[in-house]
Amino acid sequence: MTAAMIRVVLPYHLRNLAQVGSEVAVAVEGTVTQRAVIDAVEASYPVLRGTIRDHATKQRRPFLRYFACESDLSHEPPENPLPQAVAAGREPFMVVGAIAGG
Amino acid sequence: MSGVRVLVGTRKGAFVLESDSARAKWDVAGPFFGGWEIYHMKGSPVNPNRIYASQTSGWFGQIVQRSDDGGKTWEAVGNEFPYAGETGTHQWYDGTPHPWEFKRVWHIEPSLTDADTVYAGVEDAALFRSTDAGASWHELPGLRTHATGNRWQPGAGGLGLHTILLDPKDPKRITIAISAAGAFRSDDGGETWKAANKGLQSKYLPDPNAEVGFCVHHLAHNPKRPETVYMQLHWNVMRSDDAGDSWRLISGNLPSDFGFPVEVHAHDPETVYVVPIKSDSEHYPPDGKLRVYRSRTGGTEWEALTDGLPQEDCYVNVLRDAMAVDQLSSCGIYFGTTGGQVYVSPDSGDHWQAIVRDLPAVLSVEVQTLP
Repeated sequence: MTAAMIRVVLPYHLRNLAQVGSEVAVAVEGTVTQRAVIDAVEASYPVLRGTIRDHATKQRRPFLRYFACESDLSHEPPENPLPQAVAAGREPFMVVGAIAGG
Repeated sequence: MSGVRVLVGTRKGAFVLESDSARAKWDVAGPFFGGWEIYHMKGSPVNPNRIYASQTSGWFGQIVQRSDDGGKTWEAVGNEFPYAGETGTHQWYDGTPHPWEFKRVWHIEPSLTDADTVYAGVEDAALFRSTDAGASWHELPGLRTHATGNRWQPGAGGLGLHTILLDPKDPKRITIAISAAGAFRSDDGGETWKAANKGLQSKYLPDPNAEVGFCVHHLAHNPKRPETVYMQLHWNVMRSDDAGDSWRLISGNLPSDFGFPVEVHAHDPETVYVVPIKSDSEHYPPDGKLRVYRSRTGGTEWEALTDGLPQEDCYVNVLRDAMAVDQLSSCGIYFGTTGGQVYVSPDSGDHWQAIVRDLPAVLSVEVQTLP
């Protein structure tokens, strides 16, 4: 099976931590889901493990949200397929930090 | 000895300040990890070029950084802190059971003998150790599973393990402090622990013989006489001469016995420093005067040190890990404020000067004395 190249937009502090630009591309095999995309991000950039979701529970960190195709996918089940435009690489999957604090 | 390196953790990044032994002119590097809270940084006494930093964020969780070149470059190392076994519960603020949840690393304490071994005190309170230079962390669960653990309650800032004292005379002895559980000591390398709070008094605790429940703010000792330990308790400054088995009050003539840091002179175990703060409601110095108090008699008799410090309209705080001493022959004292100033006294507190004045709020200050 050919891996799909998924575009992922990271928040500012995680870009700096991973030493990447605003958008990265990660290879996902099989169904393109939230879980598969974050798995691929963590595999490509191990320094991000624990920063987007909890190490043990794999729950999304509370002040982060997932968006794609102008929709908030934060509360979608992580095993649900992402929109076709994301799977096809036309739209990015976005990890967004909550605007809060100083 | 040729100089000093001061490691400053702030609300918005880390800074490294370096000077020669005169400690008059300073090079300032940073911010490193801009925008992140740096709870604590500390260098290895075995290899001064190795420095560990606790980098945290309410958004992105915990990162641990390690430098092997004296803070010029950094590498993120292990950031997973799994509690060992069943985590159980401690008490929440309202007294109900609350599950242990890892939040952040408050304090990092490198080993006195091995540059690859380092301890981390975390919130919710537990002690972790790495023996691979921070790549992986393993809990020493005997502390968290102490018989009193289910009765520990968080202080206002959380249930943090914020102080780790390693004993240079006895490598098996570790003393730690937790807000607001109290002090604990292990004599077997962290396997088993006993509460070390006998003699402490708190007006918030109805039981005069309470084993735990004390809001210890900080502990300090002089490595030459580690059995003498000083404590800034929430209220009261205390002293133990038996490694924490018993404590006695040494607040004496302080204008307020509330405060956060306490430090001991590098060459005299009877010279100790505190920064009195007006109260637990106000968190700023009495009378708007920033004064370090020094006792040369091991407590009780204190003198105000003011030369070079603001003596009017000053309403900053000095947090528990934001004071340190160097090892130069004329002992230097350092502290950082929530107003972003870092002060140094190169003469044991007689005269002070600001190294920097406008950093983000300072969370921690450590100093390395360089060969």
